[in-house]
Amino acid sequence: MAKKIRVLMAKPGLDGHDRGAKVVARALRDAGMEVIYTGLRQTPEDIVEAAIQEDVDAIGLSSLSGAHMALFPEVVKLLKKRGAGDIVVVAGGIIPDDDVPRLAKAGIKAVFGPGTPLADIVAFFRSAAK
Amino acid sequence: MKIVELVLKGDKRAAGKLISMIEDDDPGATEALAAIYPHTGKAHIVGFTGPPGVGKSSLINRLIREFRVRDRKVGVVAVDPTSPFTGGAVLGDRIRMSDTGTDPGVFIRSMATRGHTGGLGLATFDAVKVLDASGIDLVFVETVGAGQSEIEIASRAHTTVVVQMPQSGDAVQALKAGILEIGDLYVVNKTDLGGADAMSSNLDFMLEERQGWRPPVIQTSALEGTGVKELADAINKHYRYLKGGAGWRRKESDRARKELYESMRRLLAESFADETEGITLEETVGAIVARKTDARAAAKKLLRDLKLPK
Repeated sequence: MAKKIRVLMAKPGLDGHDRGAKVVARALRDAGMEVIYTGLRQTPEDIVEAAIQEDVDAIGLSSLSGAHMALFPEVVKLLKKRGAGDIVVVAGGIIPDDDVPRLAKAGIKAVFGPGTPLADIVAFFRSAAK
Repeated sequence: MKIVELVLKGDKRAAGKLISMIEDDDPGATEALAAIYPHTGKAHIVGFTGPPGVGKSSLINRLIREFRVRDRKVGVVAVDPTSPFTGGAVLGDRIRMSDTGTDPGVFIRSMATRGHTGGLGLATFDAVKVLDASGIDLVFVETVGAGQSEIEIASRAHTTVVVQMPQSGDAVQALKAGILEIGDLYVVNKTDLGGADAMSSNLDFMLEERQGWRPPVIQTSALEGTGVKELADAINKHYRYLKGGAGWRRKESDRARKELYESMRRLLAESFADETEGITLEETVGAIVARKTDARAAAKKLLRDLKLPK
C-alpha cells in the first residue's frame, strides 16, 4: 500500500471560528489524505502531542483571533524539542501581511490567507509530505 | 532495530512512527512486529462499538480520565471510515478526547479503515500490539459507527462494550441478531435525554448468562459524567472474570485464530496481486466464463500451484 499523507488540523487559541479549517479538511480528504481534526481551543502543547501520536506529515494551524504570533512559532519550537522538527507546519486564517515573513522566519512553511484556491493548498500539502 | 527498542521503552514518537509503518505496509513493519510480539499480551483490550453518534468517543474520553485516576496507562485506537471514492478520510474521534491533553500516560491514535470492512482497519490490532508493547495497560478500540452486523470487534477484543442510546428503537430492535449479541457489557449512554430505563430494560430482556458471565446494562451520561465509575468497575470486573477462569485463554485463542486466518487471506490476496499470477488469474476467469471449468475446481487448482510471495 502506498504511503498515505496524514495531516493534523488544529485551531490553537481561543477563537471559535473553524469553518475555514473544516473547508480545508474536506478538500484534503477529497484529495485522498487522512485528516485528523482536533478542533477548537488547543494549546501548542496539545497540538504537538497529538501530532506525535498521530505521526502526521504536516500540521495545519488556523487562527482568526490575532494570537498567531504567540501560538504558531511555539508549535514549531515544541516539535523540534520533541525530535519531530520534520513535521511541516503551515498556517491559515487572518494573518496580517507584515506577520507573514515573521512566521516564515519562525519556521512556518506557508501562510494561506482568505481566497487561497483549495487546489493550491492541496498541492502544497502533497509536495510537503514528500 | 532501533525503533523496536524505543517502542519498548515507551517512546511515543517511535510508537507513532511504527504504527504508520504498519498502516503503510512498510517493508520494515513485519520484522518490527515480530520483534515486539513477545512483549505483548499484558494489555487488557476493550472494544467499543455501536451506531454513529451514540457517544462512544465521549464515553472513552471520560473513561480515560477515570482510569488515569486509578493509575492505569491508557491507549486508544479510534477508527473512522475511509472514503471509498477518494481514499481520503476525516478522523474526528480525537476531538471528543481532548481532555487528556499532554498526559504522558495516554496515547490516542486515529485510524482510517482504508477499505477494510467490519468496522475496523486492517492495521488496528497491530497498532494495539505496539501500544501493548510500549507499556500501556488498557487499550480502548473504538470501531467506526457500526450498524447491525459489524461484529469483528468481538473476536479481537478481550471485552466488548456495546453502546446504545435511549429512544433508538423498541424491544424488537433489541431482539435482532448481530451487534446486540456480541457485548460483554452494554451501555445506554445519553441518559440526559430521558427514556434510558425503557432502553435498558429492552436490552436486559434479551441478555442471558453465557459461560458464567451475565452482561450487565449500565447507564451513563458522557455529557454529565454519570455512570462512568460504574462502567470502569464493570470493565475491571469482566477482566477479573476472564482471568479467573478459562475466559482469558479462550479469548486469546479466538484472537490468535482470527489473526492467523486474516494473515493467510492477506497473503493469498497478495500472491495474486503479483503480475504473472494476475495473468494466470485472468486466464482462469476467462476459462470460467467460457464454461471450461468452474470456480470451485479452478480455485483448488490455483491454490495447489500457488507460489507464495517471500
